[in-house]
Amino acid sequence: MSFDALTGVLLIPAVAAALLAALPNYYRVSARLNVAATTLTLLCALSLFFKRPPPGSYLLADDLNSTFIVLTTFVGFTTSVFSSSYIGHELETGRLTPPFVRFYHAMYQVLMFAMNLALIANNIGLMWVAIELATLTTVLMVGIYRTHEALEAAWKYFILGSVGIALALFGTILVYMAARPVVGEGLDAMVWTVLVTRAGAFDPALLNLAFVFLLLGYGTKVGLVPLHAWLPDAHAEGPTPISAVLSGLLLNVALYALLRFKMLLAVNPGALAPGPLMVTLGLISLVFAAFMLYRRRDIKRMFAYSSIEHMGIITFAFGVGGPLANFAGLLHMTMHSLTKSAIFFAVGHIAQVKGTQRIADMGGLTETHPVLGWGLLLGVVAIAGLPPLGIFMSEFLLVSSTFARAPLLAIILVFGLLVGLAGMFLRVNGIAFGEPRGPSAKAQASYVPMFAHLSLVLAAGIYMPAALVAWFQNVAGLLG
Amino acid sequence: MSRIDFDIAHLLAGLLVLISFLELYQDRLYSLLNVYAMHALTLAASVAWQAFVQDAPHLYVTAAIALIFKAIVIPVALHRIIVRLGIHREIEKVVGVGPAMLAGIGLVALAMVVMLRVTHGADPLAREDLAFALSVVLLGLLMMVTRRNAVGQVVGFMSLENGLVLAATGAKGMPLVVEISVAFSILIAFIVIGIFLFRIRERFDTVDVGALDRFRGERR
Repeated sequence: MSFDALTGVLLIPAVAAALLAALPNYYRVSARLNVAATTLTLLCALSLFFKRPPPGSYLLADDLNSTFIVLTTFVGFTTSVFSSSYIGHELETGRLTPPFVRFYHAMYQVLMFAMNLALIANNIGLMWVAIELATLTTVLMVGIYRTHEALEAAWKYFILGSVGIALALFGTILVYMAARPVVGEGLDAMVWTVLVTRAGAFDPALLNLAFVFLLLGYGTKVGLVPLHAWLPDAHAEGPTPISAVLSGLLLNVALYALLRFKMLLAVNPGALAPGPLMVTLGLISLVFAAFMLYRRRDIKRMFAYSSIEHMGIITFAFGVGGPLANFAGLLHMTMHSLTKSAIFFAVGHIAQVKGTQRIADMGGLTETHPVLGWGLLLGVVAIAGLPPLGIFMSEFLLVSSTFARAPLLAIILVFGLLVGLAGMFLRVNGIAFGEPRGPSAKAQASYVPMFAHLSLVLAAGIYMPAALVAWFQNVAGLLG
Repeated sequence: MSRIDFDIAHLLAGLLVLISFLELYQDRLYSLLNVYAMHALTLAASVAWQAFVQDAPHLYVTAAIALIFKAIVIPVALHRIIVRLGIHREIEKVVGVGPAMLAGIGLVALAMVVMLRVTHGADPLAREDLAFALSVVLLGLLMMVTRRNAVGQVVGFMSLENGLVLAATGAKGMPLVVEISVAFSILIAFIVIGIFLFRIRERFDTVDVGALDRFRGERR
């Protein structure tokens, strides 16, 4: 097999994982190797914009997943930069021992591998395997601190995640059953590019049932309410780079899987419209999470609920459908990934200098640690959807396009957004301003990843290059 | 397909649902594991029969995995674990036997109604297999919900996966990749769970998942 970009985004993380697992415990070397591997993967992913191998029966690269892969590898790269300073600090304070760090680095690359595989899989069975692998890796990483809370979070995530994954497999089998009479037995009946051209002739009833299972299954991984119970625990108790990757990337990957199946249903005239289901779940997630933001006591749990809120918005946008809402959904997903991981970069260092994640023990950060404090504040302004940052753009687009088509839904949407904004600012006000509270240590932080993300979000809010707009419009058109 | 082929496949799949019910009301971990081994054994027989009927030799691999790994290795290993942890006598269920059985019957009825109505176009064997498989999946879910003990939940999860394998083998000609992955995921899942069980024991002196709730993040 010749070497192409698709092999690259799989091979580099796989080799890096093996190397990192085999290398002895030299922290600096493995952290650099980790960064180097993610850099190479990012370069490989970027080359997908220029040259793509033709789709095979296992792998596929098209406009839709190229967008996701570039986003995933980019955030994977910046997170590895953040992770090297974060994990270094954890080693110094003794929260992690060298063997665990080695394990962590290897797992980080396995996770990158699994997410890339899920995104480029052209086979719905292979996609399922990849998402299962990503789940298992993150379970291990969430439990890495071996504290009561971390073990509880990992166990809960494992059980709920496995049930979700199992339901998704049942849905996948049903899709195969629907495809078999039309496409014929064997491999072709699981190849997505074949399915999407022939889906019009599938039995609509089977396809509907399959989608319900897939929505429940992958929806658990997206963190849609009422299937979200694992998400806040897993985000709060794992190492912060993993919270960033979970929020910014893994939720997207699960949503991507759902979108692929939604496209199958769209082709079939007899199948139910997946839109209303996704709209309902999205709105429930948004409103529920917005109310939960108020009275959070743990800073990472608060931003985990904010992730549920934003995944709700994105699911809602794709559920509404049409070029404009899909555009808003894609833009929102990109902006949310960048902003939320930037926030977690800030939160990780804040929790380290304060020695705790309790909001009550934090205060006056803009005085004691101005860079971190203002960075966090900027991130929160962005995530709350205030102008002139990128999330304002996508939310504005979404709200205006929804008002034109379904005003009632738009009212609920705006209500949820406002409640979320208020809840979050009430909390963050106490963290950023006021009298300095709680313990305080000197920050040893790498600010570059955080500000790189935030400046991208700011730039997108002020001016989007025409090429980027055209690209997103093209992908939004694909989603139907 | 001849009449007898169909009947035997039907019998084995139905047996699997019946054993799921047996699992539901076991109140000792030992007997639960024994019943689970029977569950896996029936699955192995069912998959092997499908391999024979469909003339699909690769399914024998799946059957062998079910037989060796699920029916022998895992139950034996779990036996050892629960003896070592000294919990072979205890089992706490969240709901009693009566309500659990009633709920189970309701779920099976639901599975039948949904699957038989949806799949009337498909061939009869695949159709009924799928209905039975969904019943096993739902009963597995119910078992996970009604047990507080981590080992009980794991057994529930494994019987749920048995239902998935039944569905995958019933779907004629489904590529091997999924079957291997299911078997493989069981393996990984088991390792993960094994680690967790020991860690949980180390930290909490119990495998009662209820004890974990004390440490919920919000109450610190």
